[in-house]
Amino acid sequence: MWIYEKKLEFPSRICSTNPKLAKVIITQYGGPDGELAASLRYLTQRYTMPTGRSKAVLNDIGTEELAHMEIVATMVYNLIKDASLEEIKAAGLDGYYADHDKALYFVNGDGVPWVAQYIQSKGDPVADLHENLAAEQKARATYEYLLQLSDDPGISETLAFLRQREVIHFQRFGETLEHIYEFYNHQHRFFMGDHS
Amino acid sequence: MSTVRMQMLIDIMALEFTAVELNLFLDTHPGERRALDAYNATVVQLDELKREYEARFGPLTNFGYSDSDYPWRWVEEPWPWQINFAHMKGV
Repeated sequence: MWIYEKKLEFPSRICSTNPKLAKVIITQYGGPDGELAASLRYLTQRYTMPTGRSKAVLNDIGTEELAHMEIVATMVYNLIKDASLEEIKAAGLDGYYADHDKALYFVNGDGVPWVAQYIQSKGDPVADLHENLAAEQKARATYEYLLQLSDDPGISETLAFLRQREVIHFQRFGETLEHIYEFYNHQHRFFMGDHS
Repeated sequence: MSTVRMQMLIDIMALEFTAVELNLFLDTHPGERRALDAYNATVVQLDELKREYEARFGPLTNFGYSDSDYPWRWVEEPWPWQINFAHMKGV
């Protein structure tokens, strides 16, 4: 069960209409290293995590990523909602407009729709956690590229917040990986003890 | 949306972010007493602030987590993506 809260995780400021910026930021909505991929990856991997701790980490970070998806959507929505058709065309968003008007859809910066192949759920906690560590680094790098592209101080503030969360999530996944190794080592010693 | 309401929302966001951060830390450090005490203290503060906000501006959560005045206030705008904090200082 999830409970919706009628607020964002971060007070997002948008200084002006900017469909060009929306076009690149949307990749963190529906792109390969975006927030949809992150949340669905962790929330689907959590079922086969072996310990209470690892289940909690995947559950909670997956849930926080849903909140990040909402922040990204809020930025894109507000950057394009007041854009004129001329501005939409100048930003190269006319193809997107033909399919979606100014609605939110899960695509990357070039309009490629989201696919489940962006994520994996391997059933092997070590493999899954390594994927998640990589995912957090890829998302961090994406936010850094977006920060280079952003000319809106409010948007940059929000992107910097989201970038920082990737760093924290990476840290927590690293601790979880160590915990998983300890868990298996412990099991191993127990197993050996049984047969000695 | 009034400045007072926005400021209350920002205060709630700040406290809830503290809770999120401590929550994730506790997931990987469940034996850290100081972090747990800080988390529990944040819960009390956050609960107080949310009650005050909801009494004035309507429910922040639904599905049985908050009650509502008549008529059902959950449907009131603005929704989160309709709020722009651009003119708030210190955000």
